[in-house]
Amino acid sequence: MYSIEVNKLTKVFGKFVAVNGISFNVNQGEIFGFLGANGAGKSTAIRMLCGILEPTSGDAILGGYSVMNQPDKVKTQIGYMSQKFSLYNDLTVEENINFFGGVYGLYNHKLEERKKWVLKVAFLEGQKHLLTASLPGGIKQRLALAIAVIHEPKIVFLDEPTGGVDPISRRNFWDLINELSLSGVTVFVTTHYLDEAEFCNTITLINAGNIIASGSSKELKTKYLTNTILEVECDKVVSALDILSKQKWIDETSIFGNYIHINVKDENVGRILVKKVLTEQNSINISRLDKIVPTLEDVFIYLLEKDENKNAE
Amino acid sequence: MLNRIKAIAIKEIRQLKRDSRMLYVLFVFPIILLVIFGYAINFDVHHIKMVIYDQDKSTDSRNFIKSLTSSEYFDLVGYINTSQQIKNVLDTKTAQCVIVFPRDMSEKLYSRQTAKVQILVDGVDANTATIILNYMNIATAAYSQKIQGEMLASVGRSGYIPIDVHPAFWFNPALDSMIFLIPGLIVMILMITAVVSISLSIVREKERGTIEQINVSPLTSLELLIGKTIPYVIISLIIGTFILISGHFLFGTMIKGNIILLFFSTLLFLFAALNLGIIVSSIANTQQVAFQIATLVSMLPSMLLSGFIFPIESMPWVVQILTNITPAKFYLVVLRAILLKGVGIESFWPQLVYLAIFSLVLLFLSSLINKKSKVV
Repeated sequence: MYSIEVNKLTKVFGKFVAVNGISFNVNQGEIFGFLGANGAGKSTAIRMLCGILEPTSGDAILGGYSVMNQPDKVKTQIGYMSQKFSLYNDLTVEENINFFGGVYGLYNHKLEERKKWVLKVAFLEGQKHLLTASLPGGIKQRLALAIAVIHEPKIVFLDEPTGGVDPISRRNFWDLINELSLSGVTVFVTTHYLDEAEFCNTITLINAGNIIASGSSKELKTKYLTNTILEVECDKVVSALDILSKQKWIDETSIFGNYIHINVKDENVGRILVKKVLTEQNSINISRLDKIVPTLEDVFIYLLEKDENKNAE
Repeated sequence: MLNRIKAIAIKEIRQLKRDSRMLYVLFVFPIILLVIFGYAINFDVHHIKMVIYDQDKSTDSRNFIKSLTSSEYFDLVGYINTSQQIKNVLDTKTAQCVIVFPRDMSEKLYSRQTAKVQILVDGVDANTATIILNYMNIATAAYSQKIQGEMLASVGRSGYIPIDVHPAFWFNPALDSMIFLIPGLIVMILMITAVVSISLSIVREKERGTIEQINVSPLTSLELLIGKTIPYVIISLIIGTFILISGHFLFGTMIKGNIILLFFSTLLFLFAALNLGIIVSSIANTQQVAFQIATLVSMLPSMLLSGFIFPIESMPWVVQILTNITPAKFYLVVLRAILLKGVGIESFWPQLVYLAIFSLVLLFLSSLINKKSKVV
């Protein structure tokens, strides 16, 4: 049995199809990355999975309960943490823990036990009387996650959890996510940081309400991107980019810092042609021309553009 | 369910303790209202400033003046000697009224003719002017009667008065308007604090995004609303008690009726008022907007349409129908009945039924709005 089973989940607002019959499964204890541009339908999908937005059609089963028929039961099975810090800034750390513990039906002995755990995880042992507003961003984020799982749910949703947090705190935060996953909690996470997506066991890419790719980071890079990516280092980068983007034999051109990435069908033909158009026809010096392992960013840009072109037709 | 409601109520009180602005609204605001209304809105007119233009300068005119100044209603502030000064006296507001005794006053009295005494009243404040005129009429009538009696006696006859009115005002014997105003003041203050406090407390969650965390929890809207309402019901009851006690010490109001009945009617009214606040919170998305709407829907109707200051019976019928939109109108009837008359439930149960219906309709409406917008 899967931890999350999504079956043709659809949400229509008026005439706008926000989520268009998506289906996927998530294993227990998996870190599931849900990626997509703003407005792709990510938030709508998460809201449906959390039982706060009723699907137009289709269904999802979370921890054995249907979001269509038993949204209240679903809510007891999940934890949720959003990009917007949603603990009470005007309460102390302990008061926040007591409140959310109370909301999830924890009291007395059990509450004390979980309180200890939350304080430890958030690096706040012995500081439970601090006002939440006074905590640094990274600590707040850890506290929010720890409180989101105070009732030990089997599934936790993290909606862009690391927005606005420094890189070290982000790294620590992902260690915490890994710990949760190892203890058997299914982690459903959305993010804009593609380096974070690499930590996910499965990545699903959504665009315009449809899933356009799914798989592990390695699978995405090999399965979907059959072309070769060449990295060109040369002088006059701007004019070189201009020239290359006009070539019909290049599927895609993009700029990464001072380098140009081009997407070609055949590595050897590509090398010859690049040299020909840049050095011979336009006398631009190429200092380096390498085949590179594509990054997730390469894959996503390729997939999204392909999908946009398909939608445009 | 009870544990969850308890968690919310405790959280709400803790947040309130740290919110000095809200505490100010809840506890200082009523005191200010009480003092302002208690001392500023006073329909009794005492110590009317009076100037005399006495052309007669006789025993009769002096006696008449004495009969006026011996009451607490009229204060003699001066005499004038020319008719030109009258305008000046009224313009500079040295006096609110000028009494002019004609040169031939005592002459006419002795020849048993009617003497004409002129009273000039500053009519800018129509309300006060009417009251001054009424006092003056009563005082003149009493004085005339006295003279008539004396005259009849001098010819050996006794006076005959066909109908003698003995007015007696029940429930507020001295017709002290403060006793009448205190119940209205309690209604208005409770209304404002209840509507403002609950709507701000809910909208704050929306504004800060904390509502999201609550939405994904197993907490139901009803549990959330009950949990949030409880602390404000208790606070409103404390404020109500406080106004009653200060009303007693400052203005001498008493509770004539059953205190338990008072408690339960107040509870019913608070339920209606808090529901109104919940509706406000489902319309507004920021605390600023919520505060404005809340004060608008609580303050104006409870002041203008409840019968607090302006009697409903003398309004045009369209406005009379409109007065039903505020629960304040019904609670005011109940409160006056309990505080002033000391009567039992038999005389105001329709008002209690109305309050209950009002609350249920609002509760239904707010749950409908909430279902649509999914915010609470």
